[in-house]
Amino acid sequence: MNYSFEEKVHIPKPRVNNDVCVKCGECSEICQFGAINVFKNGVMIFKSLCHGCGACALICPVNAIKEIPEDMGIVKRGDARCGSLKVGMGYLNVGEPSGVVLIKRLKKWMSDEDDVVILDAPPGTSCPVVETLRNTDFALIVAENSPFGLHDLKMVLEMVDEMNIKRGLILNKHTDTYEGVEKYAVDNGIPILMRIPFDMEIASLYSRGILFASRYPQWKAEFERMFSTLGEMTGWLSR
Amino acid sequence: MVIQIAIVSGKGGTGKTTLSGALAELFENVVIADCDVDAPNLHLLLNPSVIEEYEYHGGRKAHVTPEKCDGCAICAQHCRFDAISLVNERAEIDEYACEGCGVCKLVCPKDAIVLHETLSGMFFVSKTHVGPMVHARLKPGEENSGKLVAEVRKKALDIAEKRKYPVVLIDGAPGIGCPAISTVTGVTYALVVAEPTNSGIHDLMRIVEMLRHLRRDFGVVVNRSTLDLPNTTKIHEYCRSEDVEIIGEIPHDPLVMRATEEGKSVMIYKESAAAEAIKKIHRVLMKKFNLD
Repeated sequence: MNYSFEEKVHIPKPRVNNDVCVKCGECSEICQFGAINVFKNGVMIFKSLCHGCGACALICPVNAIKEIPEDMGIVKRGDARCGSLKVGMGYLNVGEPSGVVLIKRLKKWMSDEDDVVILDAPPGTSCPVVETLRNTDFALIVAENSPFGLHDLKMVLEMVDEMNIKRGLILNKHTDTYEGVEKYAVDNGIPILMRIPFDMEIASLYSRGILFASRYPQWKAEFERMFSTLGEMTGWLSR
Repeated sequence: MVIQIAIVSGKGGTGKTTLSGALAELFENVVIADCDVDAPNLHLLLNPSVIEEYEYHGGRKAHVTPEKCDGCAICAQHCRFDAISLVNERAEIDEYACEGCGVCKLVCPKDAIVLHETLSGMFFVSKTHVGPMVHARLKPGEENSGKLVAEVRKKALDIAEKRKYPVVLIDGAPGIGCPAISTVTGVTYALVVAEPTNSGIHDLMRIVEMLRHLRRDFGVVVNRSTLDLPNTTKIHEYCRSEDVEIIGEIPHDPLVMRATEEGKSVMIYKESAAAEAIKKIHRVLMKKFNLD
């Protein structure tokens, strides 16, 4: 990867001017995140709890709160080795609780492009995952072939279906000994777009950071086939 | 004092739950806490029967009273989370984007917005064959999973103190975001499960940085260590240079997968190389915290 552009991302966090502050406590009361405590001698702000919403500054009757932008991470953009591919990534500062703002920033960049955008989401079903999924055309769900994978798949489906996003499934680390995931998908009408077997060679290539599709022409063809299926399912091929 | 041991990792799928489930079989008088509230899996190995159930309210969400809204859009201008748009000249809240801060309610000139408590999930106290277990379920897409993690841990610690159990074993959330931070805040020890892959090493470095930032005592377990020996060596070199202790290595072992498929811990397979390695890790922990 060659990143040609980098931008620091900030969120506004409150700073209190203690000379002006009258210790009325309204900021502490309005804050939904418990990030402000007001004492007789001053105001204490727990920055890691602050979401940067600005309510405290809005409500302060004497304008003692100023919002100062603070670094929370960076986003980068550049070209991948093969040239035509543009890649963006976000990097959360250690100690910051949530990367949602970074994801929003990245998605804003991506929406400037009229091409197909592939978003690599975090695992689970928490707020960064929801932010990644918001306003996307398709969710490609990767499920591991095990009871763990089946359980997590059900949670992800609940989220994706509630958000009304089209979806399909890739079965990863697929073996014939466990059928739970496959059966669930078939019973619930979830299209299975690919099965990647549990394979030591694939695992070993991954561990060294090598795309297995780049080593096996038959897998490259499989991915190309899936890509055009996605094109048909989302309708972008006909756009 | 109760020893709280958290099993964590910088990336998902490194084997936290496998290790947690196996260690739960080995510790005596242990309370188990599944803190991976976004994707809890430990119950699939421990098969808990629920004794107590609690509602979890993670925060609030804004609601618009359409009859009062005149579509002035002041709320949308002030919302920092892009959660409000005008639909048919009325404000509409995107529940997924709303963080419940209440700025919209504060600025609305028509008093058309209210904040409602939302039911964000549930948490449970259960009985298992290895001891009491506290686990939770966050509603998919809900905020504030860190707060739920804190609730689960508090409950588990309560039980341990009441029963005079020496250990709370915490199966953590992956990553370095809020649920991960909440998993390790104040724990006695964090056991980082690292995987010998390029991305695994990268994420190991991130979580080591986080644990140092939070000033926690921790050690590393290399899981599936035989999968990529050069990368396992790299982890050793990194740990040596950063002065991080390696507590153990678990070789790649197909029996782990077989046990998981059966919904059991790998410890049921006496001949398993992974089970043998986990027993060693357990002994190191017992010694470290004088639990013998």
